[in-house]
Amino acid sequence: LLRGIRRLRNQNRQYHGATVIGSEPNKNDPYYQENKARMDELVEELRQKTNVAVKGGPDEAIKRHTARGKLLVRDRINRLVDEGSDVLELSTLAADGLYKGQVPSAGIVTAIGKVQGRDCLIVANDATVKAGTYFPITVKKHLRAQAIAQECRLPCIYLVDSGGAHLPDQADVFPDREHFGRIFYNQANMSADGIPQISVVMGSCTAGGAYIPSMSDESIIIKEQGTIFLAGPPLVKAATGETVSSEDLGGADLHCRQSGVTDHYALDDEHSLYLARNVVANLNWNNDQKARIYPTNVDEPIHDIDDLHGIVGANIQRPFDIREVIARVVDGSRFHEFKQLYGETLVCGFASIYGHPIGVIGNNGVLQSEAALKGSHFIQLCAARKIPLLFLQNITGFMVGREAEAGGIAKNGAKMVTAVSCFKGPKITVLVGGSFGAGNYGMCGRAYSPSFLYMWPNARISVMGGPQAATVLSLVSKDKAERSGKVWTEEDDRKVRAPLENQFEMEGKPYFSTARIWDDGILAPRDTRKVIGLSLSAALNAPFKESKFGVFRM
Amino acid sequence: SHVERKADIKRNINKVLIANRGEIACRVMRTAKKLGIQTVAVYSDADKHAMHVEMADKAYHIGPSPTALSYLNAEKILEVAKRSKSQAIHPGYGFLSENVEFCERCANEGVIFVGPPTSAIRDMGIKSTSKAIMANAGVPIVKGYHGEGQSFDRLLSEAKRIGFPLMIKAVRGGGGKGMRIAMTEAEFETQLESAKRESLKSFGDDNMLLEQYITDPRHVEVQVFADMHGNAVHLFERDCSVQRRHQKIIEEAPAPGLSEETRRSLGEAAVRAAKAVGYVGAGTVEFILHRQTHEFHFMEMNTRLQVEHPITEMITGTDLVEWQLRIASGEPLPFTQEEILRKGHAVECRIYAEEPRAGFLPRAGTLHRLTQPVAEENVRIETGVRQGQEVSVHYDPMIAKLVVWGQDRNEALAKTRRKLSEYQVAGLETNVNFLLRLSGANAFVSGDVHTAFIPQHEAELFPESDLELTEEKAVQAALGYIIKSQLESSPNDTWKGISVTPTSWRSNYQLQKKINLKFGEKDVRVAVKFEAAPNSYSVSVNDGQWLSAEAFLTSQNGLRLITKVNDKTSNVGFLTYDREIHVYDENGQTVLHLPVPKYESKVGAGDSLSSDSASSPTPGVLEKILVTAGDKVVKSQPLFVVIAMKMEYVVRSPRDGVISTVADLKQGDAVGKGAVVVSLQEELSQ
Repeated sequence: LLRGIRRLRNQNRQYHGATVIGSEPNKNDPYYQENKARMDELVEELRQKTNVAVKGGPDEAIKRHTARGKLLVRDRINRLVDEGSDVLELSTLAADGLYKGQVPSAGIVTAIGKVQGRDCLIVANDATVKAGTYFPITVKKHLRAQAIAQECRLPCIYLVDSGGAHLPDQADVFPDREHFGRIFYNQANMSADGIPQISVVMGSCTAGGAYIPSMSDESIIIKEQGTIFLAGPPLVKAATGETVSSEDLGGADLHCRQSGVTDHYALDDEHSLYLARNVVANLNWNNDQKARIYPTNVDEPIHDIDDLHGIVGANIQRPFDIREVIARVVDGSRFHEFKQLYGETLVCGFASIYGHPIGVIGNNGVLQSEAALKGSHFIQLCAARKIPLLFLQNITGFMVGREAEAGGIAKNGAKMVTAVSCFKGPKITVLVGGSFGAGNYGMCGRAYSPSFLYMWPNARISVMGGPQAATVLSLVSKDKAERSGKVWTEEDDRKVRAPLENQFEMEGKPYFSTARIWDDGILAPRDTRKVIGLSLSAALNAPFKESKFGVFRM
Repeated sequence: SHVERKADIKRNINKVLIANRGEIACRVMRTAKKLGIQTVAVYSDADKHAMHVEMADKAYHIGPSPTALSYLNAEKILEVAKRSKSQAIHPGYGFLSENVEFCERCANEGVIFVGPPTSAIRDMGIKSTSKAIMANAGVPIVKGYHGEGQSFDRLLSEAKRIGFPLMIKAVRGGGGKGMRIAMTEAEFETQLESAKRESLKSFGDDNMLLEQYITDPRHVEVQVFADMHGNAVHLFERDCSVQRRHQKIIEEAPAPGLSEETRRSLGEAAVRAAKAVGYVGAGTVEFILHRQTHEFHFMEMNTRLQVEHPITEMITGTDLVEWQLRIASGEPLPFTQEEILRKGHAVECRIYAEEPRAGFLPRAGTLHRLTQPVAEENVRIETGVRQGQEVSVHYDPMIAKLVVWGQDRNEALAKTRRKLSEYQVAGLETNVNFLLRLSGANAFVSGDVHTAFIPQHEAELFPESDLELTEEKAVQAALGYIIKSQLESSPNDTWKGISVTPTSWRSNYQLQKKINLKFGEKDVRVAVKFEAAPNSYSVSVNDGQWLSAEAFLTSQNGLRLITKVNDKTSNVGFLTYDREIHVYDENGQTVLHLPVPKYESKVGAGDSLSSDSASSPTPGVLEKILVTAGDKVVKSQPLFVVIAMKMEYVVRSPRDGVISTVADLKQGDAVGKGAVVVSLQEELSQ
């Protein structure tokens, strides 16, 4: 009888060509409880930091802004997107800890939301933050958003309200390839590529900023609020002696009636966003795409996603089975694992997310040669089958040591790096734990152009672990000291190790990373499925590109 | 046998013209179809797409919308009857149903008039005549004077004989016209003069009759039927006491609280009345009944099928239209008096487009949204309109009749209220809320009905609490609106992306939305926080405390909104139309409004340009300026004229407003394109 029941249960667990994975954690386990307590704290810290950032600039600036009847930047986005639309805001904590903390979200909000049922990329200046001026990181954030739009083929909507470049930082904002000018370069090339560029002029667009609406396919300007000019009244006065008001120099009436720089005349914020929605409605966008059939009813994972707090925790040294994460992210917790018994430190397999097939690659320990070979194989499979990839990083690196080197870990690791580099379909990377060394590369770190890359608040990213780096430095220093005949004391050792360990700890944190836009944002574990879904949805706007792989060293 | 009778009908009447519209036309056609009789509809301009036109086998246009030119156009209707080869005309109620001349003409033209003989209509049409006939037949009539002598002295002495309070009525009167009440002898002369004046004006005749006035009586009527073979029966009584503007809105059968003895005498009196005038077909004998003594007096006879006939059908299990058609084709009555049995209780509510709080003023317009309760066993929805159609100013503003049967009165009333609460109407105000209040009022439920019921119970029927919005309703309106907009926001095309169910999710923070609504003139500010769990929200109304709420919408004969607000679950009807949000519960409809966005009120549709000034559309020469500063102008009023390339451009005001400035230009001055010539004062911000 027992065997019968077991067989029945196994039958139930084997459907849709995949097995239900994951287990119910023992919630009374002290490790689980400690993990949960620490992760709860980290998520709470993330929420608090985010709440501060989304408030925008200082209170006086907000008051000044709203007193003029203008909406705050996120309210503008809320009005622009469809009722109920999720908004995937990117790098909300950019500039965190930079510029004396005075530039929350880098003064610009970038987000993906649905407008008229279409995924659109929205870039919106926050005029309450330093008058919406562009700091170096602001430029980086703007360009990153455009890169996403370009790769995913998302219409761009720019809600412009910016004083232009932050002048004291002009050297880091103006001249280089990835500086301010690149914004317009991208606009021109996206437009050429048929990706709609739409601007709403909700404040000033001065000097370089004037090109954002001017380079757009269609633009809207708000009466007695939006202005566009290459030089403002003071500069005009200085240059030509002409005295002119902002409104006469570059207001809505001038640009809609005379210059033709803008196309639509709006009376206020609300009106302009209503018009922007009309513009999107008339894009005839994606109507040439063949209808794709997606199931409308998808199974949620059978395991509670909140368990991840207790399973993963905050201690990067404490291992966990990546399958427990996969089980809480994919549809119905169903996972068809590939090469389960080979190179088992890398878990590969097929699943679906919100009904769309996805190949999942997750770490369950250090990458050995077999694991790298298995990963390379799996990536090629997904390329051949046009299946997007999800990387779940928790990786200390590739295996080191004589045996590993003799086994060709370098060439096998290189195979995986080649496969990741050349895979051209959508790739989404989530750092759920450590991300160290070449492991980061093989697992589709930022340099491998994932469509989106996110970190959990417990994640760490650096070239190697802090203690390892300290040991390396300590050994090198000791060697050097002893060669010059000095005695190497424990005190000397501590002096060398401590600053480096501290530095690695600090620079490895997700906030350090996200402040510099090495990622697209930090996400709470419980939002992982949603965020992957939204990211995948955005990425699928572009046709699945063919991958051509480089030479694999055999 | 039954089968033979049916064959008879086919021989006599196999096509009937229905000289009516709306629900009654549809009602008659349903039975005609059941009997295998072909149906012919007539319609006016306004009814081109009406339900009765679509229901009929054939339909003929008979003229413009006003009734005098269409549904009262006897000539035209008879012509259609001939043309369509209809053997009979069913007049329904109202219109030509009690028109002696029409009835006569039908007889002359050889068309069967489904109704009584001309003589009966004529006899019953004149009040003094009908009363005299009734008195002779032994039908109790109100003490009164119906004599020829019309001198003041004669009338006064008769008045004294009858006693006060006293009713003074025009002999040719109707619909409350030429009717006055004298409470005391002192009032008599003025009231008499006033009644005479009105009668002369309305009917060209100032002959008066006097009647004892019974304070707050009940209005009880008996359905009678008679055939051409001298048989007459009654089908019990109906109580139609509760009225507004002298018109019925709720009727029931049988009349509550009557003894079987009273009931039997009422029926017998009604049959005597019908026989006294040689009646044939369906008729209704109306009585006034004393509230306490249950003494009753003949009032008048309606020589047609009544609006409220379905309640009689419900308690007797009959089809009165079928009876009408059988009798009109010469068949005898299908049942004897003993065979007609009464079972249970039936209630009819008339759903009107009207504004109860404004003295029940009728309303006309488009029924932009109309969801009616679903008909089921013992529930009939008699209607002639559908969503999107007009309630025309030309006709009666009745939208439907809700007819409900129950084992007893309480069951019938309870079911009536439940069905009333399923009505969802947008575009026009209706009396549904009022009917809900009325049918649930204590005095009504206890059966204490009378003709002054509505004024007497005004406080209960129009409670102040209806003018207050509960917090729960505000939450329902806001969440329903959010969810519905969410469902509507994705255009229905091929591109959907993958199905990540939208939940207003935000990265690591919570979306908070503010929705400003209006309830009447009052502002209702609702703040909504979107919680992580699906369908979960925190809601605060007018900056009050945060309430935890869940909500979702389902579709089931209109939309249903299920909400859980602070652990109280409700299932309410929900609809949005234009900027209106409607919530329907056991007390009926609650309407909230979304304010019109400022930009929409400032610019006309399709015109997004400045509305504060008027500029020259072209370079040209100014011909003339037609306004000066301070002038009040209306939208589209000409402001100035420019001549260019031999063309004259008249520039008009973009909106209503006041001219603030006029450019200092004179005739012949050149103006550039876009040059502002006239400016309007800024509108006050809303």
